[in-house]
Amino acid sequence: MMTLKEKIKSRKFIVTAEIGPPKGIDVKSQLEEAELLKSRVDAINVTDSQSAVMRLGSLAVSRLLKEKGIEPVYQLTCRDRNRIALQSDALSAAVLGIENILVLTGDHPLRGDHPQAKPVFDLDSVQLIGALRMMEAGRDLADKELKGSPRFCIGAVVNPGADPIEPELIKFEKKINAGAEFFQTQGVYDVEAFAKFAEKVQHFDTCIIAGIILIKSPEMARFMNKNVAGIFVPDKLIEEIESAADRQQKAVEIAARTIKELKGLVQGVHIMSLGWNKLVPQILDKAGL
Amino acid sequence: MIITKQKKTEDIMKCLEKVERVFIIGCTQCATVCKTGGEDEVRKMKEFLEASGKKVTAAEIWDTPCNLLEVKKRARDRKDDLSGSQALLLMSCGDGAHTVSLGTGMNVVPANDTLFLGQSERAGKFNEVCALCGDCTLFITGGYCPNALCPKGLQNGPCGGVKDGKCEVSPDIDCGWLLIYNRLKDTGNLDKMKKVLPPKDYSKSVRPRKIAVDAVRKR
Repeated sequence: MMTLKEKIKSRKFIVTAEIGPPKGIDVKSQLEEAELLKSRVDAINVTDSQSAVMRLGSLAVSRLLKEKGIEPVYQLTCRDRNRIALQSDALSAAVLGIENILVLTGDHPLRGDHPQAKPVFDLDSVQLIGALRMMEAGRDLADKELKGSPRFCIGAVVNPGADPIEPELIKFEKKINAGAEFFQTQGVYDVEAFAKFAEKVQHFDTCIIAGIILIKSPEMARFMNKNVAGIFVPDKLIEEIESAADRQQKAVEIAARTIKELKGLVQGVHIMSLGWNKLVPQILDKAGL
Repeated sequence: MIITKQKKTEDIMKCLEKVERVFIIGCTQCATVCKTGGEDEVRKMKEFLEASGKKVTAAEIWDTPCNLLEVKKRARDRKDDLSGSQALLLMSCGDGAHTVSLGTGMNVVPANDTLFLGQSERAGKFNEVCALCGDCTLFITGGYCPNALCPKGLQNGPCGGVKDGKCEVSPDIDCGWLLIYNRLKDTGNLDKMKKVLPPKDYSKSVRPRKIAVDAVRKR
């Protein structure tokens, strides 16, 4: 079977989903969700204490997925670890058979449930990507030789809705130059607006995987519009959800429709279901994937 | 300038719980500008402590509490009042409080919390614009420091948390990287933002830092 890295290289259309480790050690529901997605997706992202809320580690859960024959995308943020810990964890991932690492800055601890925590951010995402590539070449950030070097498939994130877009594009290019192989994006709802972004980045030879976040309610859409950077749910879509008899089915319909519209613009989709992973197979059916 | 903020009076009183005789020391420099250790504040503190039943042995503004030689000289000049006091209440920054403790050998109670190295925007409004990192890159970042202005201290551009030009940490904070971007763009220096900045060298800011300036020592 092809790995995510190979699929990206051979320009296959990629489908990824996401699970969030629990606060605690009861991983039953996460593993059930993953099992449900197993035959339908190319890989599953495992979030790293998302929203700066302390949870079971993404490396451990990535390994649990691996043991079930599911390819994990290990999310690694710069929030909690200095360069020693980041490099060490990346090596740990490699010996555990985890190749895909999605590098993110990470939310500030003030946004999470331990606001008193010391923010680390010793490296930023660009520098971390660079460090991972150095390790592949057999040396660490201190230029010391590694005994056995790892091999990674490195992903990063980009926010097509960033305003202004230029500084985001500058950083995007830095990430590509540092060695990012694929990009997962912030949630996309306005395909027309996304198409403009896609055009701007077309000349970069990279793999863009568009983010799909299920909208559970009109309140959630309005909340995201107000509070989440780079997300814009058009009013028309909010009205559509508002008037729907069955909101889950509406969420499925909207996601599938968005995926269909995005297909020609991107090399894949990353579905963030926020707990509604059981709906993902239906979405993929409806989207013809 | 070192920016300070006065502690709550109930917290100061807790520190002075077992103290009857207090010597108050303000500062002619930063704490005067911050209104945490100038003449008015020292006088008010004296009145407050006396109204709370303390004996204020002296209330003075020193020039400056962070200068060890000056403090030692003052300690000799004010020997009697100092020795008649049980604690010194320092209305200065933490540097002043430490230096006076060292120079007098007495118990010191800080009246202020020391916050940051600040720019004075206008009377009473101070901004942190330098993080004292020991490795200045302002020539690359258009005069705006990412270590001071970005809560994450990112080196290579904004994170995904920018909303309406503001930081994810607070709508009161402008995104430091947008400030840098706008300045570089306005001055035709956007190329500088395209250059990858390497990981910062934190060995340059290991505490406690000391420096002996040769030109002064040889004088």
